[in-house]
Amino acid sequence: MPHPLVPVPTPETRPYWEGLAEHRLDLPRCRRCEQVFFPPTAICPHCASNQIGWVTASGEATLYSYVIHHRPLKLWRTEGPRSVALVQLAEGPMLVSSVVNCPQTPDALQLDMPLRATFEPFDELTVLCFEPVGAADGEGSGA
Amino acid sequence: MIPSGAMAIVGAAESTEIGTVPHLSAPGLALDAAANALADAGLGPGDIDGVTCAYFPVADISHQLGVFPTWVDNTQVGGCSWMLQLRNAMAAIHAGWCTTVLVVYGESGRSHPTLATTYDGAKAGNMANQFDQFYGGGTPAVLFSLNLLRYMRETGLTEEQLAAGPVNQRQWAATVPRATKRDPITVDDVLGSNMIAWPIRRDMCCLVSDAGGALIVTSADRAADFPRPPVYILGAGAAIEGGVMSPAGMRDFLRPPYIRTSGEAAFGQAGITPADVDHLMIYDAFAHNPIFGLEGLGFVGFGEGGPFIAEGHTAPGGSLPMNTNGGGMSYAHSGSYGMLCMQESIRQVRGEAANQIPDVEVAVCHGWGGVWSACSTFVFSNSRPS
Ligand SMILES: [Zn+2]
Repeated sequence: MPHPLVPVPTPETRPYWEGLAEHRLDLPRCRRCEQVFFPPTAICPHCASNQIGWVTASGEATLYSYVIHHRPLKLWRTEGPRSVALVQLAEGPMLVSSVVNCPQTPDALQLDMPLRATFEPFDELTVLCFEPVGAADGEGSGA
Repeated sequence: MIPSGAMAIVGAAESTEIGTVPHLSAPGLALDAAANALADAGLGPGDIDGVTCAYFPVADISHQLGVFPTWVDNTQVGGCSWMLQLRNAMAAIHAGWCTTVLVVYGESGRSHPTLATTYDGAKAGNMANQFDQFYGGGTPAVLFSLNLLRYMRETGLTEEQLAAGPVNQRQWAATVPRATKRDPITVDDVLGSNMIAWPIRRDMCCLVSDAGGALIVTSADRAADFPRPPVYILGAGAAIEGGVMSPAGMRDFLRPPYIRTSGEAAFGQAGITPADVDHLMIYDAFAHNPIFGLEGLGFVGFGEGGPFIAEGHTAPGGSLPMNTNGGGMSYAHSGSYGMLCMQESIRQVRGEAANQIPDVEVAVCHGWGGVWSACSTFVFSNSRPS
């Protein structure tokens, strides 16, 4: 039986999860009002249209706010505290994520710092995280 | 609109024991509190024709109470569910669907958190399950505090000011026999307690307790028929903001609009302003919640909530006594504190609280549900508007 906190996709969200598995951030976009929104769902939260398409996002974002969680799930397979953040995507939506590949400290995690999407293993899934722009790919070096 | 003061609480009680109660499950705590509230009101099960609860089926609770209701409500929006249920009950009584409603709550957050209780917020495939909860490991302190650092940056709120809230509430709790934590603490103690999710420390978090609570609401026209002093409901508000555990959906992370919406509805119906409030409860799941509540309800301006608390205005001897039972951080908190929050307001209005504030005529209670998801505001009074 999977851990109860492991995400389970629904028909409406499956393209998002399939995109992450291929290291791509795909987001729903309304075919009527053309707004990108998050999380994926059956209708557009801006105009209630049920005509939803998908776009591949830039992955660019900024750090709006965060905490540094001292008891992260072991499913991350990382050591020590771990940031949990509100991240503002360049396309508009705000979402909950984590900033990785930098020290998990207030000094390294500055509000408004530019971020880019990165794709991290979590249990059997690939999930969306962010890293400071300038972080070395896949390494835990400082930002 | 239901006229201000048209409904009254005529029975109210908590579970016989509170804190650590291993011999009762969540429904058991609810039923124990219900029995106490019925006795408080001088009623029997046959006098109840409406029942509300959350986290377990309302039909099961009715059956165990021996009540056959004509109206029920199972509204489940998190910790303030029982406040929204009370508001719904007022409407149901006003509509004539029932006359006497029992609002009942029980939660075994400490001893039996998974027994006979369901929380649907993070069920497989829900928004919170897919997009929020796993990042924070299911820890409410994480998601509820995501906007705090930005708030501190924008307002200048310091960690010391943030720590002052738990210190003040412990001062209140020191003289509350039923409070779980009564030993005094200092700002340094709070800042030195275990880091949970920086900048939130252990002593900035609510307790994890076992508790029950129940209240009985009926038309104010009948209130004189009951043995205890009636607590009139002058105003009631409620509003929804983000998903239940999905704080990213908030419209404004620093001035959450739903607080103002709920507060204005309650204060407007009651015809009061913050200056009229003698006693205040603001659900303190975490130390920053009362700051947001004070600002959102209009007691202070944006950015002033932290200094207001740190200066002692809500502490013993202050001008606006708040969370006088010690709050969720010192009294008890079992996961959902809205009912216990109202119980302290009711005790204060009746004049029977452990830390009784002299001459309480208007008491305000504000509760939260989920993670910046739901809220509700009540204005209680010992007198009915003429
Ligand atoms: Zn649209």
